[in-house]
Amino acid sequence: MTQTPEQSVRKVSVQCTLNGQPTEFLAAPYLSLLEVLRETLGLTGTKEGCNDGNCGACTVNVDGRIVDSCLMLGAEAEGKTIETIEGVAPAGGLHPLQQAFLEEAALQCGICTPGFLVSAKALLEREPDADEPRIRLWLAGNLCRCTGYDKIIRAVEKARDEMK
Amino acid sequence: MHPYQYIPATNITEAVSLLARYGPRARVMAGGTDLLVQLRGERYELDAVVDAKAIPELMALTLAKDGALSIGAAVPCYQVYEDEAIVAAFPGIIDAASLIGGIQVQSRASLGGNLCNATPSADGICPLIVHSAVVTLTGVGGTRTMPVEEFTTGPGRNALGHGEMLVKIDLPKPAAHFGAAYQRFIPRNEMDIAVVGVASAVTLDASGQKIDSARIALASVGPTPIFAKKASDFLAGQPATEETFAKAGEIASTEATPISDMRGTIEQRHHLVGVLTRRTLAQAVQRARGNS
Repeated sequence: MTQTPEQSVRKVSVQCTLNGQPTEFLAAPYLSLLEVLRETLGLTGTKEGCNDGNCGACTVNVDGRIVDSCLMLGAEAEGKTIETIEGVAPAGGLHPLQQAFLEEAALQCGICTPGFLVSAKALLEREPDADEPRIRLWLAGNLCRCTGYDKIIRAVEKARDEMK
Repeated sequence: MHPYQYIPATNITEAVSLLARYGPRARVMAGGTDLLVQLRGERYELDAVVDAKAIPELMALTLAKDGALSIGAAVPCYQVYEDEAIVAAFPGIIDAASLIGGIQVQSRASLGGNLCNATPSADGICPLIVHSAVVTLTGVGGTRTMPVEEFTTGPGRNALGHGEMLVKIDLPKPAAHFGAAYQRFIPRNEMDIAVVGVASAVTLDASGQKIDSARIALASVGPTPIFAKKASDFLAGQPATEETFAKAGEIASTEATPISDMRGTIEQRHHLVGVLTRRTLAQAVQRARGNS
């Protein structure tokens, strides 16, 4: 039987920490982290927008830095500590950012929201006093086609003030 | 998409022997922010992606005691612009490293990758040219160096030979009274590809009024980033005035060979080279005066 290309590339075994839990998965080496999260691990909170690094809908936190999970291979997750939108809320509640997004109506269709939340959380953890220009610049890698951004910025500012 | 293997190399010898074995069927990955998109878009096929991020030399970022800077080819942009000593001494590089993509991209994308990807519009290359960077390439046959302006040879093409990889980018210590700047024109505020980009560097005399030497480089106005030699040579010995900057902009504009495409026309790009040359020279001079 002729070998298909898919069969000629062996799956790789990857161990990482995902949303605080030791996690192991087996995946084809050419799959993006986004594909692994959604399809292999069933964590569909992380969204696919453009799939080429423009929109930020797939933003996750890897070792304390935000990255577009479409621009990283799942195989690269070996040994890494990863947080997705599923890891943002504390048990039994919402993160202040999530609460502020609700109160400020900072979303409409919601596809971009997980990426905005993961990005904004990383900013406020690093820079608890981030001002509006800083928030806008930090979130430049996250696109939203519904809100016009102002509501998102206001929600992040509200969460910032409440987290102090 | 053609399936490929992912091979994290742990040293240069291993990486170059993989590149030699696979030939054009393998490429080095640093941040992957261009490579993975190109693979997904089926611009080319690979059998292996060689991850360079576990190779110590490619991840080394060193500001030496003598003031020279060495940037490993896979060092992500954020590490460069979050280092305060580098920010103070290498302003042209910082301008570029902090505007390539958004924060997510800067977490992974490297100046070395920007260089190897060799797009004419690359934001990272012109600042390296005006900072007089030298690149180190290693292959199975040994190591060689070249000025960074000789590294890119066409759109998406570079000087790397069979089984060869970019290891590091070395920048000499800037002279006293040195300043540099990079600016680009884009129709948005962030996250876009340069219609035109210009980097300028100047070294002033002790009075801060006269230009001893200058280097200007142009992005997105030719098949590769262009070292604008005529404009650079013109500036030596000139007073650091708006008139001088404007004249240098006119000369630089004649060194640009732009095309018209979806992002801009030939005429617009010639005009922008003049404007951005003037502005980056003014900014570089201002920085040089604060750097005495």
